[in-house]
Amino acid sequence: MVTTAGIDMGIQTVKIVILKDGEVVARAKAFSGFEPTKAAEQAYAEALSAAKISSEEVSNVSATGSGMDMAPYASGTVSMMGADAKAGVFLFPSARTVIDVGAEEARAVKCDERGIMMDFVVNERCAAGAGAFIEAMARALEVKMEDMGPLSLKAKRASPINATCVIFGESDVVSLIHRQESKPEIARAVFDAMADRISSMVHRLGINPDVVLVGGVAKDVGFIESLKRKLGLTILVPEHPEYAGALGASLTAASRVKGDHK
Amino acid sequence: MTQQPKDTTEYWRWQEYHRVRSEKSWSNKDVITAGIDVGSVGSKAAIMIDGDMYAWAVTRTGSNSPDSAKKVLGMVLEDTGLQLDDIKYTVGTGYGRVNVPMANKAITEIACHAKGANYIWGPSVRTILDVGGQDIKAIHCDETGRVTSFLMNDKCAAGTGRGMEVFADLLKIPIEDIGKVSLSLDEEPEPVSCTCVAYAKTEAVGLLRKGWTREKVLAAYTRAMAVRMANLINRVGLEKEFVITGGQSKNMGIVSRIENILGVKTLPSPNWREGGLDPMIAGAAGAALFGKALYAKSQGS
Repeated sequence: MVTTAGIDMGIQTVKIVILKDGEVVARAKAFSGFEPTKAAEQAYAEALSAAKISSEEVSNVSATGSGMDMAPYASGTVSMMGADAKAGVFLFPSARTVIDVGAEEARAVKCDERGIMMDFVVNERCAAGAGAFIEAMARALEVKMEDMGPLSLKAKRASPINATCVIFGESDVVSLIHRQESKPEIARAVFDAMADRISSMVHRLGINPDVVLVGGVAKDVGFIESLKRKLGLTILVPEHPEYAGALGASLTAASRVKGDHK
Repeated sequence: MTQQPKDTTEYWRWQEYHRVRSEKSWSNKDVITAGIDVGSVGSKAAIMIDGDMYAWAVTRTGSNSPDSAKKVLGMVLEDTGLQLDDIKYTVGTGYGRVNVPMANKAITEIACHAKGANYIWGPSVRTILDVGGQDIKAIHCDETGRVTSFLMNDKCAAGTGRGMEVFADLLKIPIEDIGKVSLSLDEEPEPVSCTCVAYAKTEAVGLLRKGWTREKVLAAYTRAMAVRMANLINRVGLEKEFVITGGQSKNMGIVSRIENILGVKTLPSPNWREGGLDPMIAGAAGAALFGKALYAKSQGS
């Protein structure tokens, strides 16, 4: 019996996944805050108790995410792209492209049937292609971030904003409000603008179906709809997309135990 | 916890003004032309008498370009004794140039900035960095002010006037003081690592929490933006003489850092506070000059 843990030290949240013989037995998350290591320790304890196991039973802990060097307990790390590829193919064996949109970063990974990463592209320097964009626009619209998606689905038409920058996007949203554009239309415009950015990033990589979408932003129905429209393809979204990185790290930990992964 | 009163000061707000060179006079025989530069953040207008600057105005662009154009034109005509009908030819330029209702023609701001810089600083200008509200441009021109090449960075607030406004607001330092404040330290801190203004804001908040002073955070941000502008100039190639136009030409924190990074001094700007030509009106000045040439052409001369 092999039990492993994966810790994803994200910019905004820390995520933990515990795997037992290829099955997810526990998940936990916590806000990274100013002490991400502490947050990870707490989330880890929570995950262990949810899995009803002790820390000694865990054979290997691997970490990923932008703060992976700060991960507690971890004996190894795996790149975020590597973790995405592993998790994507584990969740959907037909996956060949994994798009991960997080709070402050986005990436697309091309992978093979074994979940090995072949190629990738990232957006890490611009908030317009990440969750931060939705957050800022929700603030400008005075709408809760989690309400943005459902709101956007009520839009009757597309009203493009040419925002490719959070700072300019905010003023675009304000002028749409002044023009008395309704909130659903503006919310959709926000997701369309973001889907535009992500899709052009994915096109740089080349699209290989099936396409899997993971990361915290993959929970947003509004973004999923806009991205589907933009790419003109079906997009597979797992049930807990924000845990993909932690899952990939946990899977890597499992292959390290088996010895088929260095 | 005691609630702090909400600070509603608009730290980003910069001076809007108009000026007339009252030592100059005009008659109906003169060719009076206007240039209106509707930028994303600022609207500027210039009136020339036979190609010589007579009056100018600088104001904030509102949510609608035609209204902003009308507003700045109204401002520039104040105290000149001129009526709208006295203007023989009007050229619109800038981000909102196609929405200048009274313009006879629209010309890109790149051409207008080169022409205007040539007018303000003279024929030795070869490289112009125009830092606008929403984009930055590096322009090369010849001795007549004709554009020979250019590069621009758009769709990203990093290094633009808008980005500086965001920081003035964040740090609660009036925008007209940020240059001086950013230069008030004995030692230059490391620049912030994020270019994206949204992320730089987060980074700045973290630095403030770590105990950095506002002055130090501002210096670190200004440095990062100056590096970004200098990179754009290096990509187009730096040729002397070099000038900076647009709102950020008034930010000595930016100007001195760019000079320092590139190892080249900019040509000194006229003192706009004491009635000298404002480097912010280069685009409008260029537009008014094009207006004069176009008017002559329309008269068949």
